[in-house]
Amino acid sequence: MKIAARHLDKITIFDISGDIDLATSPELRKALLRELRELKMPRVVLNLGAVRYIDSSGVASLVEGLKASRDVGSRLILFGLNRTVREVLQLSKLVKIFEIYENEAQSVAP
Amino acid sequence: MLCVVRNALAELAAKLGFSEPECRAVVLAVDEALTNIIRHAYLGDAEGPIEATFRRIQVPRDGRSGEALEIILEDRGVTVNPKKMCGRALEDVRPGGLGLHFIRESMDTVEFSRRWGRNQLRLVKKLHTREPGKGS
Repeated sequence: MKIAARHLDKITIFDISGDIDLATSPELRKALLRELRELKMPRVVLNLGAVRYIDSSGVASLVEGLKASRDVGSRLILFGLNRTVREVLQLSKLVKIFEIYENEAQSVAP
Repeated sequence: MLCVVRNALAELAAKLGFSEPECRAVVLAVDEALTNIIRHAYLGDAEGPIEATFRRIQVPRDGRSGEALEIILEDRGVTVNPKKMCGRALEDVRPGGLGLHFIRESMDTVEFSRRWGRNQLRLVKKLHTREPGKGS
């Protein structure tokens, strides 16, 4: 898995690629919690378009990020979900708790 | 190493005739099962030995016999109590406990047992082949 961060005004955009699994999800969790809890970014956007695989540990990292965003009053937004990611989120029955958009423009819109 | 197993299993499932969504389901189930073994049976040690057996088997279906993929995963880790392997309520929005839910949703049979000092997990996924002359 690779995470590349971009900043757009007060929005952090993470472009994530590769597999989010037992080995890599701690890195995602760490990046999310740093941005939300330490840097208190008001909006963190995850571009999941190049994610090839995500397992329950990856979903757990997203849930932790979501909880952190709620704690600090920020927004955690997902976009670019491919079929694989969408299937796993739907299987988790957690898809409705996330703020999900089709593309980056919608995700960073005021 | 999990990604190596995932890639190999995806290829195997496709060659056996599973559809793309079924292949993804099988891969997810086995990946989650291996993750659970590393986490719970080997207490986080990713180097513990895990034996995996993949077999094409016949299972009863609609009063007849149908093909299925049987996957058996064995480890020598600490005893896992199947009664405690119950996952969690999905409405409880928190990390953790999702893996077993994914396995159960993805496979037709999920059986835990402990024998000869080993934990054994048996997974079965039925192959839904089209009958001749019924659709394209």
